[in-house]
Formats: sequence, C-alpha cells, structure tokens
Amino acid sequence: MITFKINDQEVSARPGWTVLETAREHDIDIPTLCFHPAVSASGACRLCMVELREGSWSKLVASCIYPVAEGLQVFTETERVRNVRRWVFEMLLAACPASPEIARMAAKHGVTSTRFESHDPEQTCMVCGLCARVCEEVVGLSAIATVDRGVHKRVGAPFAKPTDVCVACGSCVTICPTGAMQSIFDSIRGVPATNLTQLG
Amino acid sequence: MHNSAIAVKTEPVRLQSAEELNALRDRIIAERDPQRLEVVVCHGTGCLASGSAKVSQAFRDALETAGIQAKVMPGIKTTGCHGLCSRGPLVVIRPQGLFYQRVQPKDVAEIVQRTLIEGQAVDRLLYRNPDTGDLVFTQDDIPFYKLQERVVLRNVGKIDPTDISDTIEAGGYQALAKALTTMTPEQVVAEIEKSGLRGRGGAGFSTGRKWRSALSAIKKKGRPVYVVVNGDEGDPGAFMDCAVMEGDPHAVLEGLIIGAYALGAENGYLYVRAEYPLAIRHLEIAMAQARAYGLLGENILNSGFSFDARINRGAGAFVCGESTALFTSIEGKPGNPRPKYIRSVEEGLWGRPTVLNNVETWANVPPIIARGADWYNQIGVPHSTGTKVFSLVGKVNNVGLVEVPMGLPLSTLVEKIGGGVPNGKPFKAVQTGGPSGGCIPYHLKDTPVDYDSLVAAGSMMGSGGMIVMDDSDCVVDVARYFLHFLEEESCGKCLPCRLGLTRMREILDSFSKGVGSEQDIADLTSLAQAIQDGALCALGASAPNPVLTTIRYFKEEYLAHVQDHRCPAGVCKDLITYAIDPALCTGCMTCARQCPVQCISGKKKQPHVIDAEKCLRCGICKESCKFGAVLIS
Repeated sequence: MITFKINDQEVSARPGWTVLETAREHDIDIPTLCFHPAVSASGACRLCMVELREGSWSKLVASCIYPVAEGLQVFTETERVRNVRRWVFEMLLAACPASPEIARMAAKHGVTSTRFESHDPEQTCMVCGLCARVCEEVVGLSAIATVDRGVHKRVGAPFAKPTDVCVACGSCVTICPTGAMQSIFDSIRGVPATNLTQLG
Repeated sequence: MHNSAIAVKTEPVRLQSAEELNALRDRIIAERDPQRLEVVVCHGTGCLASGSAKVSQAFRDALETAGIQAKVMPGIKTTGCHGLCSRGPLVVIRPQGLFYQRVQPKDVAEIVQRTLIEGQAVDRLLYRNPDTGDLVFTQDDIPFYKLQERVVLRNVGKIDPTDISDTIEAGGYQALAKALTTMTPEQVVAEIEKSGLRGRGGAGFSTGRKWRSALSAIKKKGRPVYVVVNGDEGDPGAFMDCAVMEGDPHAVLEGLIIGAYALGAENGYLYVRAEYPLAIRHLEIAMAQARAYGLLGENILNSGFSFDARINRGAGAFVCGESTALFTSIEGKPGNPRPKYIRSVEEGLWGRPTVLNNVETWANVPPIIARGADWYNQIGVPHSTGTKVFSLVGKVNNVGLVEVPMGLPLSTLVEKIGGGVPNGKPFKAVQTGGPSGGCIPYHLKDTPVDYDSLVAAGSMMGSGGMIVMDDSDCVVDVARYFLHFLEEESCGKCLPCRLGLTRMREILDSFSKGVGSEQDIADLTSLAQAIQDGALCALGASAPNPVLTTIRYFKEEYLAHVQDHRCPAGVCKDLITYAIDPALCTGCMTCARQCPVQCISGKKKQPHVIDAEKCLRCGICKESCKFGAVLIS
C-alpha cells in the first residue's frame, strides 16, 4: 500500500492507482467530466486538477491520470485549483448552454453564470472524447472519432462520413456526460433508410 | 548544389577506422589549394527567396564565357545561411573573404571582371558601416558578425552542405571517431553532463541529466531506446534550426550518432516539418553520404556499433513540436500531446525510453566531445553555458541569423549586432521565445540573454526567435496576434486551451475596439493564469505568456485602449483615424490614386482630404506619401 495525504488527510492507495481513484475511494469529491472508469483516462477536461505541494514548490496536475506516490501532498480546494475550475466551468456554460448536466455541476461548484457569450445556444457536446474512447476500447469498433483539430474539433464519424461500422449498441449515448450523444448518434450511423413496410 | 539525384561527389570509400577518416581528411585538405579563388553564394532559404539561385547561375554562365574556369576551382560553392539575411543575396569571394551584399545577376559580370580577373573589389556592393560610412571589405569586420561566436553555426555558410568532403575537411565526424575509439558511452554522457549543455528547444532542461535519466530508465526497462531530433521548428519568425539543418546537416547527424552511441540506441528519428523541404533534402543527402562512408548504419567505423536513422516529416501542425505530440505523430496517430507525468526518457516513443533533443542541441554535441566540456564551459555564463542561435527579426536593421555567447545583454544583441531600430529610436520591446515567450520592455534592455534571466523577466529563451518591436507596434495587437496563432494551432484536446485561447483572444478583440474595463483586464489575467495552470501541454500552458507580460509591462497601453479608446501605437483600426496635414500636403495626388476606396479628394497641388467615414484605415496613403503628410490620430 502507498500512503499519502489529500487535504492533510492520510489516505492509502494500491500501486498503480491514480490520485482521483484514491480520492473517490476515500469519498473526497473531485469534479470530472471526461473521466469514466470503463475507459482509459485522457486528462482532457481539466476539472479534476489538484495542487501538489512540497515545501514552497507546487504544481497543478490532472488527478485522473496522476499516479500515486508515497508521501504526496495533494490539495483539492486551493485558490489555484478553484481558479482553473471556475474558468473551465464558465467556458463550458458558454460552450454547452443547452446541457443541464453541465449547468448542474457548475452550480454545485458555485458557478452559475458566465461572462462569455455563447456561439451556439443549442450546443451540448464539449468534445471530451468519452464516446470515441468507449467505442474503441470497450466496443472495439472505432466508429466515432474526433474530427478536425483545435478550436474546430468536434465529435463525428471518421472522415465525417456516416459509417456502417456502428452497430448501434448505444454505449456512446450511455457514457456521454452531457447528453450530447443522443443528437450526434444519427450522424454517426447515418439516418436509417425509410422503413420498408411503409413503402407503397 | 546537386538538385538531381542524391549524389556523393567524391567516390565513397567505406571508412574502417578513425585513422582512415583522418587520412581521408588529410587527402582532401592536400588536394585543395587554400589560395584557390572561390565564389561562395549563400543558398540559405532567405537568400534563395531574394534570388540567390539566379546569382549563382549567372556566375556559372559568366565564368564559362569568360573562360577562366581554371582559376576558379572548384567552381562556385553554394552554402547554407550566411546570417545577414536582410542584405541578401550574399556572395563571398575567397580567399580574400570579400563580402558582397544584395548581389543581383546583373552585378555578376562586373564581379567576374573586377574581382576574379583583376583582383579588385567592387565598392558599390561592399557593406558600408552605417555609423562611419566606411567601406567594410570582409565579413569579420562587419559589426553584425564581429560580436558573434559560432559554435553551432561553425560550418554553416562555409561548406557546401551537399558535399560530405567539405564537412570532413572542416573536421566533421572527428568527434564521432573520438567517442567511438577513445570513450566509453558512460564517458560521453559524463562529458555532456559536465558541459552544462541545456536543451535549445524551449524549456532549457539539462541535456546531460536527460541522457543520465535515460540510462537509468534503460537499466530498469531494457532496450530498445530511441534518439530523436526535434526539427519541427514552428515559432513565427524563427529559422535557427532550419539554417542548421540546411547549412550543416552533418552536424545534427553526427550529434545524433554520438548520442545513440552514449545511450546504446540502434534507431533514431529526425522529425522535420514538411515546410522545410530544403532541410529535408539536405538531411537525406547527408544521411546517404554518411551511410556510404560507413559513418551511419551497420558497424560504424568498424567499431562494432551500429545505428541508423530515418526522417519523419511533420504534416504542418505546430503542436507536433511538443515532445509527446511529436511521438504520437511518429507513431502514426493524430499529433495530440499526452500527459507527461511519466517522462519521455522513461516512456517516450512506442512506450520506450527515448531521448528527444532539439536540432541545435544535437549540433552542440560534436564540438563538446571534440574539444571537451572544459572548453565549452568557458563560453557563456554559469548555468547557461555555450552559445545560442537567434533569429533576429522585426523592427531591426540587420535582420538575420546570429549566434552569440549566452549572457550577452539584450541591448547588445538588438542595438550592436542588430544595428538598432530602423527609425533610429530605441526599441519598444523584444518578444523572445516565440508565441510561448514574453515581451521584454526597453527598460530591461540590460537583461542578460540566458535561460534564468529571461524567465525572471517573465519571458523565456524558447527556441531562439527574437522579434524586435518599435513604437509603431501595439502590444494589444501583438498579444492578439500570438494568441490567434496558437488558437489555430491548438490540438483541441484539453478544454483550457481549446476554449480558453479563443476567449482570451475575444477579450483582446474587444480591447482593440476600445471596449472593455479594468475589470476585463483583471479577468483576462485570471483566465490566463487558469490556462497556465490547467492546460495539458506546454503549448496551452505557455500561450498566455505574451498576454501576461504585455499586461505586466505595458498596462498603461491596455488602459489607453479601454479607458481612453485610443491606440497609442496607431495600429488598432477601430481606434485610429487618418488625416492629411494641409501644411505638409503638396497635392501630388499619389495617395488619392492609391486609395483602394477612393476616399481621398482634393485638386492637384491643393491639400487633400480623407473622408473618415469611407476610410478603411489600410494605411496605404501613409505608406505612399513622400512628405509625411498623412497622420494617424
């Protein structure tokens, strides 16, 4: 067992665990959006940032991917951590204004409004990539990908063309933390052909 | 320069030992008359862009017709970058070392007649000292070159990069032979550690310590281990690595092979951005030649050590210069960075221990091994040893490539070597470290240019881009420019970078329109800190630096925008108006003819007037006015 401290509380972890896993094991709340135990962690949403301190030295790390080590001093509610969280939530509220899940989670952490204008009032997807990871790692198909790069990045079928690789298992819809996959789903499979029984 | 097939100029002999390498070198030196007349034409990217290929062709044609080929042996040498790019195309006549600038094909006949045949200088093509007005004959007497110390660029501009015999003549591969025959891998690592060499790509991590950690990772995980060259230089205005790879590809290659020997690597990669076709071409030629001479590949110099490398071309993503994104790109996946909590020396390319160093870092390795760490330690300052190559660009007279000892004051670089700002005024600020770096204001002009002093000033060494700004540059606009660049280059994986850079740029956009408040400046600073703390890789984490340093040093200019709705530098279009000073205007009508929206009216020889309603604020009228009558307010 590895022992270290989170918020001055002594915790123990198995070798190979992350700081987030250890925190959850000890009921210490760290918000996450792009993390799911069924798939590998990617460290993309940065809501799970925690501060490591050692003497006067400190740095912020993503707890979902940071491996535990003996004697770590982890803090989950420092000013720097809250500053990252606050801005990520403010930006998410503007980026995904139609997602009640994000609004609920932001409110839980004290962020109820955003200084930013929304570019798309219907948007719910925050491109965390959980859908693509579950399709690749659990279903084994890679019918979903992130398309394009940088600020243009979005979720879609590979090469932005509907794909018959998709078996409509629904794993992506289930894992999606914002409910966005429900509306993206059809663009992955393509819209099914009109039901034959309705034809002439 | 061979543009046809990859060619080896002298018949390659597979070298079997260090002695054979020395013998070959002696033979090359003996065969070449040091007093031979030689026309050296710069074929660096800068000079090529200003037409140097036409100049070297003109020399070839002229020499043929002049019938003096025998006097000019071995004909015309085309080399990598000479450094003083703003004066290109550059031509040097050896053995006198006459330095001709801005040479055009029409000048060639005169050079052939006056200089090559009659042995006289063509005065009008010589450099003139801007302070004294005196003619300067040779490169070394030009102030731009005088203060430089060339370690990395030792051969750049002197050798033909496509001819390995030039490299061997200049002492290339001597360090490799020394390492292979007289040093153990452990001794090589110890020598690099002792030299104090730090990574030249950005962060300035100790190269020796990196190699040492790789050795301990190999102890734990075994081999294979990989050595990789980061040649994905992408900062706007930076071309140091480009010049090294183009002008002396063997220097990079030799460094890499020595590193491979030190770490026991059998395979290496050179990751070079596809936008550097000439660098890739020269590296390919260099590798083919090195293989033919037994300096790369199986059983190098018959030492029993085998190593080979291949070139991977980047596909245009700036973020692939980040180490983990570079690895995923080589692995054939999208170039997204991955979290770095396990270091690349332990888990890098293909999950194996990997040593990734920048082009310039690798090129530093051969001289350190050849001449020893003690020699290297004497150059520069403690904790920042050696030299650094900078590309000096922006509002500076001598735009070009310079190499100086670490620790030189910034003002020496900009004012003495760079020749100062064109309008003769003091510079306003210098952006070091590219879009990830910061803006150093004039009052810190004595800051020594070394890793730690630059960080203390809020900037960083970065890879060595140095952009000089004067009072016609607006800091809000500069910060916007760099943010927009990184916004376009973000991989989009983590939220602070993908969403945050756009949001920061939007706030700056509103500032440039005169909209905002002191609270917005505070919000921008707070958001910038969140991105620094929260972004996944160095691209995002360092992206706020230009914003934070400009707010730190030029707060009053930000306030001028948001409180007084004024852009002091006269750059932000929404905050300026163009007007014509009737006292200065001669009514020449030039501006009226040039104006793209015909918003300037006035009769000939009468003062003209600009219709501010219609004016696009493009600035063409101001540029075209010979009398300085167009004013910005």
